[in-house]
Amino acid sequence: MELFELTLHELQERLARREITSEEIVKSIFTRINRVEAKVKAFITLTEESALQKAREIDTGGKYSGIAGIPLGLKDIFCTRGVKTTCGSRILENFVPAYESTASRRLHEQQGVLAGKLNMDEFAMGSSTENSAFFATHNPWDLTRVPGGSSGGSAAAVAADEVPFALGTDTGGSIRQPASYCGVVGMKPTYGRVSRWGVIAFASSLDQVGVFSKDVRDNALVMNIIAGHDPLDSTSAAIEVPDYTSNLDGDVKGLRIAYPREYFGPGIDSAITQSIKKALLKYEEMGAVVEEVSLPHSEYALPAYYLVAPAEASANLARFDGVRYGYRDFEAENVVSMFSQTRAQGFGDEVKRRIMLGTYALSSGYYDAYYLKALKVRRLIANDFAKVFSDFDMIVSPTTPTVAFKLGEQAGDPLTLYMNDILTVPINMAGLPGMSIPCGFEQGLPIGMQLIGKAFDEATLYKAAYAFEQNTEYHTMKPDLGVK
Amino acid sequence: MSKDFEIVIGLEVHAELKTQTKIFCACSTAFGAEPNTQTCPVCAGFPGMLPVLNELVVELAIKTGLALHSEIPELCKFDRKNYFYPDSPKAYQISQFDLPVCVGGYLDIDVNGQKKRVGITRAHMEEDAGKLVHQGDITTTPFSLVDLNRCGVPLLEIVSEPDMRSAQEARAYLEKLRSMLLFAGVSDCKMQEGSLRCDANVSIRPCGQKEYGTRTEIKNLNSFRALERAIEYEANRQKEALEDGEIIVQETRTWDEEKQLTRSMRSKEEAHDYRYFPEPDLPPLKISREWVDKIRGQMPEMPDQAQSRLVEEYGLPEYDAGLLTLTPENLSFFDQCLKEYPDAKTVSNWMMGELGRLLNQNNLEIDECNIKPSHLVQMLKAIEDGSISGKMAKAIFEEMFISGKSPALIIKEKGLVQISDEGTLLPVIEDIVKANPRVVEDYKNGKDKALGFFIGQIMKFTRGQANPALVNKLLKECLDRQ
Repeated sequence: MELFELTLHELQERLARREITSEEIVKSIFTRINRVEAKVKAFITLTEESALQKAREIDTGGKYSGIAGIPLGLKDIFCTRGVKTTCGSRILENFVPAYESTASRRLHEQQGVLAGKLNMDEFAMGSSTENSAFFATHNPWDLTRVPGGSSGGSAAAVAADEVPFALGTDTGGSIRQPASYCGVVGMKPTYGRVSRWGVIAFASSLDQVGVFSKDVRDNALVMNIIAGHDPLDSTSAAIEVPDYTSNLDGDVKGLRIAYPREYFGPGIDSAITQSIKKALLKYEEMGAVVEEVSLPHSEYALPAYYLVAPAEASANLARFDGVRYGYRDFEAENVVSMFSQTRAQGFGDEVKRRIMLGTYALSSGYYDAYYLKALKVRRLIANDFAKVFSDFDMIVSPTTPTVAFKLGEQAGDPLTLYMNDILTVPINMAGLPGMSIPCGFEQGLPIGMQLIGKAFDEATLYKAAYAFEQNTEYHTMKPDLGVK
Repeated sequence: MSKDFEIVIGLEVHAELKTQTKIFCACSTAFGAEPNTQTCPVCAGFPGMLPVLNELVVELAIKTGLALHSEIPELCKFDRKNYFYPDSPKAYQISQFDLPVCVGGYLDIDVNGQKKRVGITRAHMEEDAGKLVHQGDITTTPFSLVDLNRCGVPLLEIVSEPDMRSAQEARAYLEKLRSMLLFAGVSDCKMQEGSLRCDANVSIRPCGQKEYGTRTEIKNLNSFRALERAIEYEANRQKEALEDGEIIVQETRTWDEEKQLTRSMRSKEEAHDYRYFPEPDLPPLKISREWVDKIRGQMPEMPDQAQSRLVEEYGLPEYDAGLLTLTPENLSFFDQCLKEYPDAKTVSNWMMGELGRLLNQNNLEIDECNIKPSHLVQMLKAIEDGSISGKMAKAIFEEMFISGKSPALIIKEKGLVQISDEGTLLPVIEDIVKANPRVVEDYKNGKDKALGFFIGQIMKFTRGQANPALVNKLLKECLDRQ
């Protein structure tokens, strides 16, 4: 086994036993990146030199605990001090922040080693990473297919063994959907669980930071580090964070699992439905109680999401005006045309589409019919979940309606593309934790199972996901990239 | 304004709240620093930055609300007000839209002895914008510079009901509001530094009509005088327009201080659609009753209370009491004097008379000038014990104002002690009387002027230091002996 193939906890163990050094891991990682990156194209920025330097420092210090000395990737939405942060956009093509996001700072403080910044749909708007202003990322399981999005770079890099783990963000499915398409573990925790400080905002009431990893234990290990209250983010919750690794014992006896019939209806690929049903049988075998339930307002989640998220985005992205940082059209003759030219040239089509949608939804005379109505729908969706969770511990569904689609296949059709998020969006609207774990394959492409939990009960999801993983082999499968 | 029309005025006042740091970050709010030295990624609107509410801002807002008899709802929230402008780094202002921190309330004003209650609609917290620096005029400048020091300085916008009916009432409202904010200790209220700003909504309607006329909003009112003038100008303009058969357009107008007129800035059609929506980065703010009660318990004396105290305790006229309670510094000066010198009316006369005149002339506030309460008291005591005359006191007071020296020192240095010694004065009087026998004749013949001539001569000879009462007495006795 090459070092780049190992999981985070396997690397931890070998470091602790002094069998390997951090420098060896980083070198192995970059060897792998050099071999496969031309095919996968997961990274916008690589930080090999600083990674090697940091690895050597850690080796010299000789203290290996937690993620010390272990490489990681960050979606290019996390502001990193002194390292270019583009958010997948021309408008921030040369933006180098003077500050570090709280989530990545916590990883740095634990001596994690940054390998690079990962590709994404521009401003996290998209489900295929084709909306990156720079290039598309390819799915390691089939290079002609998309890795999903918007955190496609993070998912693909983990799936291709380019990094053992990576952070992403999820506003309507941007962690779970690419995790599903790439066959890795992706956790979007409860809204408020991880600080959003230093994460470039798309839709502030929905955005949440989460983790991509090769298995459940790794995911829990990283979540232990990044979760928790941050005084710099007023929406981060002052709720104690349990040790997510402490109850990974494979025991799901008596766990009450619901599966909502609305998530298994028409439009969901039958192979995927079958795969999830099989997984539910597995849970029953393991002693869990599985029952069908209804989340009656599910069908309204996507339209409501496409009002709330663009509305917030229209304000969040208004600051990119060319005045203080980022791209500016210097040819503009006055300040108003500087604003409009800078934005016309700096933003891609999907971003412009959503800014216009959001601006419209908030406009005087339309606010009540659109934005306010969407907030009410949001409440109904949250109530649906609350009702189910009064009787159940966890909800299970497919993560996506299909497996990864072909690059370019849905590029001209935003509405079809939006449907990719139909099973993940409701969870953001309700602010709940959601996780995708590999649970099968369809024609060689991974299928993801979505686990949905009560607010701030990520622990149950990790426990249940770990139990499933212990009884299956899906997480051990690796894509064949045609290189050693 | 002619008798046929009535002016209707409502004011929107922006008061900068007195905090060390900004409303959503830890940058300093100090005035006058080098451009862009008091900024950080948060107030400069950098990507990924989030606001954290300054608790003191809320406390000062609550304090203001309590002073204005407002309701402080248990829940308020922040909203985003969207607009593009280079001085607005996020391209939205964090403000409060439908659930402000203070709801309702009133304040009482006094115009020409007439008391009136003006309603407060609401007060809400928001962040200030930055400042643009142009080379010359905004329309011709080759470039503009942006100074973000002021970005995120906390403001409280206080909106009145359209209850005022004259420019004078509007001025009285703003003056009263200012003194309340000063007494509550929530704002410095320096209009010239922009820590107190005022927009006026002005409309007119035929007397007796219930519906309001179309209003215009006047901006750029940087002084009490500008407020008064602009309202008078605008009401007249509207009246003339109506009389000429025109209709008033709802618009924003700016006060041109140089030309003393209002000019159209933008019409209602051109007005921004601010697309307000709840600020997702800040959870709704719960204000506990305990907190409100605690703040209520710490409220300092307000101008109305102080005014009644001065009237009731010292028997001062309402007018005096009103002026003495314009600012907390005024009141504190008065109160300090009264501790050592119990004649309230005399202290009040000096404060409103000589001191007021000198402060106005030098454009100073009472706490910025050289006169200290103890010095005024010392001087008043010197008048009382006869060691100086009232006339000498005025000269000494001016010297005190200029140099900051104590009255005792000035009296000593200038040899200004009043001559109250009969043995010194009598020979002088006798000499002058003897030297002017014809005037003595006039006096005997009942010509009043004669007495004045002698007093003038005596004062001239003693360089004004003779005790006037004593001179009067000795002179009459001397003349009677002739």
